[in-house]
Order: sequence, then C-alpha cells, then structure tokens
Amino acid sequence: MSSGVNSIVEVAGLTKVFNGTTAVDNISFEMYEGEILGLIGPNGAGKTTTLQMLLGLTTPTSGQIRLFGLDLRKNREEILNKVNFSSSYISLPFSLTVRENLMVFARLYGVREPKKMINGLLETFEIDGIGNIPTRRLSSGQITRVCLCKALLNNPRVLFLDEPTASLDPDIADKTRKLLQRIRKDNGLSILYTSHNMKEMEELSDRILFMDRGKVIALGRPEEIEKKFHGASLEEVFLKIARLE
Amino acid sequence: MKVSRVLAYTTRHLFLYKRSLPRLMEVFYWPVLDLLLWGFVSVYLGRHAGDVPGFVTFFIGALILWDILFRSQQGISVSFLEDMWSRNLLNIFVSPLSPAEYVSSLMLISIVKLLLTSTVMATLAWLFYSFDIFTLGFALIPLIANLVVMGWSVGIITMALILRFGQEAEILAWGVALFFQPVSAVFYPVEVLPGWVRTIALFVPSSHVFEGMRKVISNGGFPTEDLIWAFSLNAVYIASAALFFSWNFSVVKKKGLLAKVGE
Repeated sequence: MSSGVNSIVEVAGLTKVFNGTTAVDNISFEMYEGEILGLIGPNGAGKTTTLQMLLGLTTPTSGQIRLFGLDLRKNREEILNKVNFSSSYISLPFSLTVRENLMVFARLYGVREPKKMINGLLETFEIDGIGNIPTRRLSSGQITRVCLCKALLNNPRVLFLDEPTASLDPDIADKTRKLLQRIRKDNGLSILYTSHNMKEMEELSDRILFMDRGKVIALGRPEEIEKKFHGASLEEVFLKIARLE
Repeated sequence: MKVSRVLAYTTRHLFLYKRSLPRLMEVFYWPVLDLLLWGFVSVYLGRHAGDVPGFVTFFIGALILWDILFRSQQGISVSFLEDMWSRNLLNIFVSPLSPAEYVSSLMLISIVKLLLTSTVMATLAWLFYSFDIFTLGFALIPLIANLVVMGWSVGIITMALILRFGQEAEILAWGVALFFQPVSAVFYPVEVLPGWVRTIALFVPSSHVFEGMRKVISNGGFPTEDLIWAFSLNAVYIASAALFFSWNFSVVKKKGLLAKVGE
C-alpha cells in the first residue's frame, strides 16, 4: 500500500464475498486529506458494501483498510472517534427531541461543550427552531439535516455520506452541498460520498471513484472520467455503463 | 470499556421513558395488573381452598420476583428493539461505542426499569395484601441479583438472535422468559414437577431462587445452598451468553447483516 503524506484513507486489495458471490472485487484506492471523493456506480456495483467495510460494519473477506495510517481492525475505537456517518436511510430515536438525540451522540463521542456544539450545528443547518421537537414530528428533510448535525458533532476528519441529499428539496440540498464544501475548506474535512445525483457528484467531488460489478472501473476527476468513457457528462457516462450490463 | 460512553447511551433510554407514555406503561401497567389480578386470586384461594400455610405470601412474593426476571430480560431485548425500530443501530455501531459498552448500557437501563417496577409492585403488595417483601431479609439481595443476571443472559441471547435473524426473531423479545417459567417452579415447589422436568429445573437458576424464597418465607434463615446453585449456574450462563453474543456479532459482520437489521 502506498503511503502518501496526506493520504487519510488507504484501501488495498479489498474484497468481499457473500456466499460465493463477489460483491467487492480486489479494490484499491486512496483518499486524501480535505478531499471530497464521490463513489458512484449502478445498483449492485458494491458501493454500499465498500462503505460498510470502511465503517467497520462489515468484515472484509480480504484486503486492508487503513485510516489515519491505522489498521481499522485493530484500532476501531480510535478511528471511529475521528470519523462519522450519515445516510438518508437511517434515522434517530423517534420519541426523543432533536436536542436529546444530539446530546446522546455528543456524549458518546465525548464532545466538549456539547450544548454549544449542538446549538451551532442546528443554526448552521437552519433548524434551530426544531431543537425541542420530538424527532417523529419532523419531515424527512428535517431528519436528514438532524442526521447531518449528528455526523458533524465530533468534528470528524473523515465523513462518510450515503446519499445525504436524497430527501432534501433542491434549495436545502444546494445549501447542504455548499455547507459541506465550506466545512471541508475551513476544517480540512475529507468526505466520501455516494449519490445517484450525477450533477451533484460533478459539482461536489474532487475525484470520482466509479465502481461496477464490484470493481473500480475508473478513478479520477469528473472530467477525466467523462473523457475516458467519451461522455459529455457524468450522467451520460453512468447511463452508458449501466446499460452495457 | 469506557464508563462515560455506557452512561451516555443509558441516557438515550432515560430520555425515552421521560417522553413516552406507552413506554412508561410498559414499565408499570402490566406488572401492576398482574399483581392486582393474581394477588386477589391468591387471596381468594388462600381463604377458601388453602391448606398451604402462607399461600398468599408465597404467591405474591413469587409474582414480584418473577417480574424482576422478566423485566431484566426485557430491559435488554426490548431496549435493543427500540434501536432497531428507530433505525438507529447504524448510528450506534459507527460510533466509538463498542458492542460490550452497548450491552452494558442496556444492562444498566434494565436495572433502572426493574427498580421502578419493583418499587411500585412492592408498595402495592404491601398496601393491598399486607405483604412485606422485606420479610425475605438479607436474602432478598442475592435472590434478586440472581434473577437479574438470569434475565440478562436470556436477554443477551435473544438480542443476538434478533441481530442474526432480523425481525423474524423479534417475537422472542416479548416472551422468551416465559419459556422458563414452568421449570422455574415460580408458584409451586420443584417437587411437584415430574422427575425429568425436575432434572431440567436443576439447571435453571431461577428454580433455585424460588425454592430459596419459599424456604425463607417458611422457615426464615438464609438459603445458602440454593444461592450457591443459582450463582454458579448464572456465572456459566452469563459468560456463555456474552461469548455467544460476541461470536454472533462477528458472524453478523461477516455476513454483512448489521446494516440490514430491522429491514
């Protein structure tokens, strides 16, 4: 595995086989400090499995994952303290208020001055008015933003996002993208990001990791990917590859 | 293991009970209903058909202690279901909270729940049936401790099965402790059981606890032999439950099921 000076995530020979079916097939890549890396591919490409392995939720069949130079298998606690995750497919306990939910996670991550941090994040995501409302009463867009607040509570160095803007209206989705770019710029945050919104991917990602049938078929800047596959846009490239199957 | 994280996650459930009336009812409603219904039945039977001295006392004592085992098991498995239903498990397992810390927080919340339930039940038993749980004396502490640990063992195994088999196994969370009730000899002595069931009961910690309880109520003293049996069996079962959970957790991660629990 190469060890670039600013490499924050290093994946080497990562493979996952489920009951004889290879979901992720010997993939290797690096992610750099302050980079936004977009992970795209058709359904069944292995994106979710890759993300789950990077978060320690699924054990790889073989290969190595290193974050901050540390082996994920041996340094779970230390690594997970510095990363976070959000997805539009997960939620938070419904009966608890937004503030209570965030307080639980702030304590789990050992956040100093949790109240101040929570207030700041609620304000940043323009949801400071819903802090005392039970989570069950929120719209899906509001829940997504609360989950993003949760994901930023511990000032993570790496953020894993699984379709974070899927349930947001265009205005809030745009604000969220701009906010993530701002946090990346201010804090040097690295983001690994999955989305089916190719326009968003082009706008947000420094590089794209294109997966298909468990393999990395391309890794590079959006325009490099478009050039490689002779497409005018990332969406066109995506459709070409998806329809080849 | 970090105590601060265990306490942090315990607050998640405390917040829940503060906010949710249905959840509070789960803590108080069924136990109180059980106590009132079966308590009055036992008073009636004690007056009209009872040759058994102290029938009502045996019955009420058994009801309260059985509820401790039941709540202890549910404190683990139903609290886990709460996280599954609210699609919160991924948030938990991508945080630094380890599986051992997570289970410890559920154990802690089960203690809080059963303290609340037992206090209410013991007070009502005293008010309605003049039953004073403290007549069990110092033996009450080890008797309760054994029931709590047995409830944890059953709860941890149930949680492991739900993690592995998903919602299909959810039903276990509600009633798995009841499976042990006939062989626990809760409301009757072990000697009334058929020979082969008695052999099974010998390996169930709660049967020793309830035998011990009856001895204390009948003759006073301290049920040393029963407690040694119960503690020894519980030590084996809680260690086995922890090992089973740990093994099962690694299988679930290998199979990629953790992200799918609750789907």
